[in-house]
Amino acid sequence: MNKILNIKINSNNVYSILCILAFTLITSCDTDDTQEVITFTNIVLQENFDVDGAPNPAIWGYDIGTGDNGWGNNELQNYTDRPENVVVENGMLKITAIQEDFEGSGYTSARISTKGLYAKKYGRFEARIKLPWGQGVWPAFWLLGNNIDTVGWPQCGEIDIMEYRGQEPTIVHGSLHGPGYSGGNPITKSYELSGDRFDTDFHVFGIEWGEGYVNFYVDDVLYNQITPADVTGEWVYDHDFFIIMNLAVGGSFAGAPNANTVFPQTMLVDYVRVYQ
Amino acid sequence: MQKINLKYKIALPVLGFLFAVLVSCERGFSDDIDIATFPNTAEIFTDTPVGLTDAFFISFDPAGGANTSGFGTDDNEAFKGTTSIRIDVPAPNDPEGGFIGGIFKDRGEGRDLTGYDALTFWAKGSTTATVGLFGFGTDFINNEYAVGLENTQLSTDWKKYVIPIPDPSKLVQEKGMFIFSAGTQSTNGAGFTFWIDEIRFENLGTLGQPRPAILGGQDQTGQANIDTSVTVMSLSQTFNLANGQDVTVSATPAYFDFATSNPFVASVTDAGVVTVEGPGEIDPDTGMIDNTAVITATLAGVQAAGSLTISSTNIDVISIFSDVFANVPVDNYNGFYLDGFQTTLGGAIDEGGNNIIDYTLLNFVAIEFYGRDGSGVQPVDATDMTHLHIDIRPNETVEASDFFRIEIFNNFTLGSQLAGTFTISGSELLSNDWTGFDIPLSSFSGLTSKEALGAMIFVSDATIANISLDNIYFYSEN
Repeated sequence: MNKILNIKINSNNVYSILCILAFTLITSCDTDDTQEVITFTNIVLQENFDVDGAPNPAIWGYDIGTGDNGWGNNELQNYTDRPENVVVENGMLKITAIQEDFEGSGYTSARISTKGLYAKKYGRFEARIKLPWGQGVWPAFWLLGNNIDTVGWPQCGEIDIMEYRGQEPTIVHGSLHGPGYSGGNPITKSYELSGDRFDTDFHVFGIEWGEGYVNFYVDDVLYNQITPADVTGEWVYDHDFFIIMNLAVGGSFAGAPNANTVFPQTMLVDYVRVYQ
Repeated sequence: MQKINLKYKIALPVLGFLFAVLVSCERGFSDDIDIATFPNTAEIFTDTPVGLTDAFFISFDPAGGANTSGFGTDDNEAFKGTTSIRIDVPAPNDPEGGFIGGIFKDRGEGRDLTGYDALTFWAKGSTTATVGLFGFGTDFINNEYAVGLENTQLSTDWKKYVIPIPDPSKLVQEKGMFIFSAGTQSTNGAGFTFWIDEIRFENLGTLGQPRPAILGGQDQTGQANIDTSVTVMSLSQTFNLANGQDVTVSATPAYFDFATSNPFVASVTDAGVVTVEGPGEIDPDTGMIDNTAVITATLAGVQAAGSLTISSTNIDVISIFSDVFANVPVDNYNGFYLDGFQTTLGGAIDEGGNNIIDYTLLNFVAIEFYGRDGSGVQPVDATDMTHLHIDIRPNETVEASDFFRIEIFNNFTLGSQLAGTFTISGSELLSNDWTGFDIPLSSFSGLTSKEALGAMIFVSDATIANISLDNIYFYSEN
């Protein structure tokens, strides 16, 4: 009798485990459908890059040259506003890094921003981008605090919606830089695409940013939320920020290109949108 | 009775579990898809061979030196599960064969691999030796879609290897599941062991940036008579992997679509065989005869790097060294002399399927064709020839002051020997790239007769130490 009872209990345990296992597997397949990735839906800036030529001067300006110490990161490129480096064509913004001798630099590329033209506090910022590839290629879609000229960096705050190393074609990074957590020590998380890569098709990179949080997502996957409890310093994300899109070559984040890096490399941007 | 009840209780959730997984995760076929005729089994070896012939391992021909005794399985080593494949690479002097290699073949009619993008496996070596070849698509029948990854260095721990499929849409019925070949070239003749496990086709989705190439990605030129043929060699496909590394595999012509710019001059077959069809036609714009055709290729719609520009000619040829024309017998392509001064090394080599002559440490070297040491080779009667053609590629940076001198000898080593010389200056050569020369034999000063040419000596006095030569022939235009 005891033996039979033991078997019964063990079997019931197995039954329970199997039920839980079945339930877990069913729900895990549906995660993406139930996740609330975006909540802001009222569009306030829509840049679809529909007009060929230079980017719309009412929204975009240029950072030119090599900056201080390679834009603070030992970057190797010289930013220009030439159409070879930045142009709107066929409904796309194209930022192209070229290997060439140019005013003492070995590479040219472009960095455009909405500084002085468009800035906003909170909202959903997203862009649909096909990324370049190769060792030492460093594209980014990011925000800087609009008060940078008065309080300086990193006190102004920096929200990196998307950064990527060309030698890691399946991984992007989303980060916050602020006082006490900047440069090589940001609050950051990476997201790896499964069974795909970022340089073969377009993907949407975005944040939803409100009072006390920044949510980071890629396509329909919310992969991180950063709140004041997560940062190791002051929370500096309650004021206007402007948008930057650039394609750097070399520098401290991605390292230098090598002989296998194919140039030119182009970051294709289908759209940039802001919702509130 | 109670026990039977319990069994049902267990079985029902298992069925429910399977059903849930099938329903919730599987993507259905669309209505208009063609159901594949052949099975798409991915696995090749897990702990046992999967769907392979009873022989499992089909060796290269032992008559060619392949060792059939070094292949087996090992229950003490496995990346996953219980068993791996163990390969003992023999020393070159092993009486049972000096290298090991062969294929695994599908036991059925072949597999549909169009849903995969790579062959993957795990391997581990007893030392960090290099394995000459891993690949698939070789079935020892047509080898139509053979793919090879050459010179893979092993790790002493398990490591995953990825061999991209150049164009999966081609592999609707493939029997060649796996190939390897290994010798001891990287270990100075010392035998070693390596293990392979978990061989399968996968759809990784993380391969990107395909960069096919023909002719090693080089733009080559050549001239040939009507009805002569030359095969486009050095075909490859390169992908960037998820780890950021490029991997280049050799690929057969069947993966490529070849094209000619001028079918009146040259045609090209699916196998990449270029045949000169005619002398060309007069270009109505220029009034000049266009006697050239450019051969190019695409792979899965991507333009391949490299091209062959072929000129139709009508010439009589006495060829010393070329892939296009039949060569006359020679004594050597690397005539060396024990004089204490000569440093040159090298000779004829196969560079990715293209036969070239490659010299290093060059100060001087000969091609001899006079019957050295009673070889029976006959000297060349070039009385009716007007030019010497030669392609030269310095495999280093060339300075203008460098030189490459060609000396041609009549009645070589005989009392009546005479020689003519022609010097090419460094400024006429391109560093690390081919340049073709058509030199009138009348420009070889001193070569007053040419009825018994027996040697050609190349001299650089070490100004150009590393150099490759190709397409060396005498000709006259008809």
